[in-house]
Amino acid sequence: MSAADLIIVGGGPAGVEAALEAEAHGLSVILMDEAPQAGGQVYRAPPRAFSGAIQRQADPIGVRLRDRLSASRVQQFFDHTVWSVSPGFRVDALGPKGPVSYEARAVLAASGAQERVVPFPGWTRPEIVGLAGATIMLKSQGILPGRLTLVAGQGPLLLIVAIGILKAGGRVAAIVDLASRAEWLADWPALASRPDLAVRGLAWRAKLARAGVPILYRHAIRQVEKVGARRVSVTVGPVAANGMPLAAPLRGFEVDAVAVGNGLTASTDITRLLRAEHHFEPLRGGWAPKLDAYYRSSVSGLYVAGDGAGIAGAAAAACDGRLAGLCIAHDLGTVAEAEFRRAAAPLRRDAARARRFGTAMAKLMALRQGQVQAIPPETVLCRCEDITRAELTRAVGDGARSLNQLKAWTRCGMGPCQGRICGDVVGAVLVVEGGTREDVGQFTGRTPFRPLPLDQLAGDLAYADLKLPPPAPL
Amino acid sequence: MSELTFDSAVIGAGVMGANVALWLARGGMRTTLIDRGEICREASGVNAGTLTLHMTRAALIPYAMKGRALWLSSQAWLGADVGARSASGFSLAFTEAEEEMLVKRAEARSAMGAPIRIVTPAEARAIEPGINPTIRAAAFCALDGHVTAYLTGRGYRAALLQAGVALHEGHGVEGIGVSDAGYVIRRCGAAPIHARRIVLAGGVWLETMLAWLGQHVSVRCLINQLIVTERMRPVMRSVVGIANGLLSLKQFENGTVLIGGGWQGKGDPIRGGIEPIPDNLIGNIQLARHAIPALGETRVLRIWLGLESETEDAMPMVGPLPGLTEAYVIGCVHSGYTSAPYIGRLLAERILGREPEQPLFDPARLMKPRQEQA
Repeated sequence: MSAADLIIVGGGPAGVEAALEAEAHGLSVILMDEAPQAGGQVYRAPPRAFSGAIQRQADPIGVRLRDRLSASRVQQFFDHTVWSVSPGFRVDALGPKGPVSYEARAVLAASGAQERVVPFPGWTRPEIVGLAGATIMLKSQGILPGRLTLVAGQGPLLLIVAIGILKAGGRVAAIVDLASRAEWLADWPALASRPDLAVRGLAWRAKLARAGVPILYRHAIRQVEKVGARRVSVTVGPVAANGMPLAAPLRGFEVDAVAVGNGLTASTDITRLLRAEHHFEPLRGGWAPKLDAYYRSSVSGLYVAGDGAGIAGAAAAACDGRLAGLCIAHDLGTVAEAEFRRAAAPLRRDAARARRFGTAMAKLMALRQGQVQAIPPETVLCRCEDITRAELTRAVGDGARSLNQLKAWTRCGMGPCQGRICGDVVGAVLVVEGGTREDVGQFTGRTPFRPLPLDQLAGDLAYADLKLPPPAPL
Repeated sequence: MSELTFDSAVIGAGVMGANVALWLARGGMRTTLIDRGEICREASGVNAGTLTLHMTRAALIPYAMKGRALWLSSQAWLGADVGARSASGFSLAFTEAEEEMLVKRAEARSAMGAPIRIVTPAEARAIEPGINPTIRAAAFCALDGHVTAYLTGRGYRAALLQAGVALHEGHGVEGIGVSDAGYVIRRCGAAPIHARRIVLAGGVWLETMLAWLGQHVSVRCLINQLIVTERMRPVMRSVVGIANGLLSLKQFENGTVLIGGGWQGKGDPIRGGIEPIPDNLIGNIQLARHAIPALGETRVLRIWLGLESETEDAMPMVGPLPGLTEAYVIGCVHSGYTSAPYIGRLLAERILGREPEQPLFDPARLMKPRQEQA
């Protein structure tokens, strides 16, 4: 088993910047990610086997990130799926050559975000992809979700996906936005903190107008139905400010793909597993670990940076990552107090500025309780186990109050995704039935973080070499 | 009589406490069941649900057989389907030493009434073709099976409410006082509950609970690791274990396979199950795949920990507490989930003033003077 001062789980902007900063301050650093290369979701590298245009289109920020990382002494373990983090710390992963584990004095969880979709009838159909999923298909693989796509949901990914589809030669039937135009405008002061992004946003909207893409503000998908081979009919209707559907008028679109997303939630697998304290921050994606100003969680030696600490976007993640790397080096004693203060001040300013923009975007992506309240009873909420809202309501009627009791009584969240997809929305549904998000709680963190092929984990071993504990009593 | 005054109060809403409360209420007592959390959220809701005699301590076989029969007929007396299924069960031996242990253990359990017999590898594989062909011998028992443990609380909750039990979930108890009329149960942030009789059913928390009444008993806390796979094709229909008791395997109707066997994780009664030990996970699944090689095809989905309580002599603690009037304890029963419906009912019979059909397990043998406490 190898050891390092710091193990970073997640090779996105937060993880890489933290690794580079910590390493520059003399820490030995291990960086692990399940992807083949650094970049995370936003700066994901095109697959190595892809050649030509797609490689040249790769986001220059991601390319620079990867170049800097290659030039560093950070020990990199890509293609390694981390499945357990034990206190003290030991990190277990499944790599191309089987199970490996590493030890470190500190761990930084930089595991990013996951997508949230508020279910509607038909949301599990194969024609439907998430907005974040669609972004990855478009940006890193040059794949269109369909020839004609309806883009729906909330937040900045709506524009990014619609523009990406147009650029890649696809057509967009409409953008269906849960927010009003006024809500976008209300965030101008925050947008002004990043004039480059604000200008880009305006250029995008102009391009969508030229392409004749209608934008339906304060609207949401009511249902998606199959109408033919690879065609679906999408019914769209107006909503109130809290997302609650309004009676009329309904509109129909026939498309071959739907990209829909209702924002992002922090990926808290590691912090929940280690029983760190969390708090519910609805405007930053929901449940997130409690951190102090030094990115320390309530578990000594466990740090969190990036969207896994609450949604604030890729730019903020990079700044937070750098600062977190510096803080960890300071805590582990390789940066003197005076130097730390001098180096931290500008980083804190950058991070605060980046966060202003990111949190304005996160606010647009916040879950709207009226939309949750209106999910029809027969709609599937847990897509791994096919559990409908009606089944949840029955379990609540039978006395389930917490997410974990609900999981036991219905199997909601017991499937391969471990509740990552449904957990936030199901928590919100339970609140509709009574209680607060704090009463309802979160699914208990469990290993493995990802399903593990049993054969790979077991490896090759003769029975005689198996280390067995003493026999149970007779 | 006030709303918070009862004939009997049961503290701990696991399967033991739930059974005692159910039968006390059905026996005509005004009963309350109190838990700091939700019903059956600890060991009772997260254990492997195995109804096996192969892993039951020999002395407890008669209790486990009765308990198993009650689980399988739960629809009739509990009014709920908790996924109880009958199956055959195997215990396997792969080495000479294991075969010796298998035979010895099968004999001891048979002597206590378990219908266990040794079969040849060919016989075993005729019944359960998924078993590794390299086995040397197997012990077979037709009376095995499993319950879907996570449904326990849902089933019992409905039955308890129907029987008129006052269920207090989410009410931590901080102490118990003795009064002229019985016992005063002090709750955190809520009014005290008064009861003429008291039953402590707190599993691994029994040591703390008994200390409230000045009774000192050591209760060991085992942190058992459980593993479940993704759904897979049918690969086994029996419950499969191994001679040394370190494996329990079963496949549910939904295709998932549960792997247990008491491999240890980390935790304690205060913090609960904290984390699995990765090497124990790997060892447990290596053993599982050795027993049923087809398991290699699936993926490990989730690992969790369940707390098991054990007394110093590893025998149950079920009966009246010495030196107190109408105070009882129930817990530390090996294969306790299997036996719970029966043992819980035996204690309820005793409390209701009837003679239980099988003996209880006197807690007095385990009591220590206070000074021995660390």
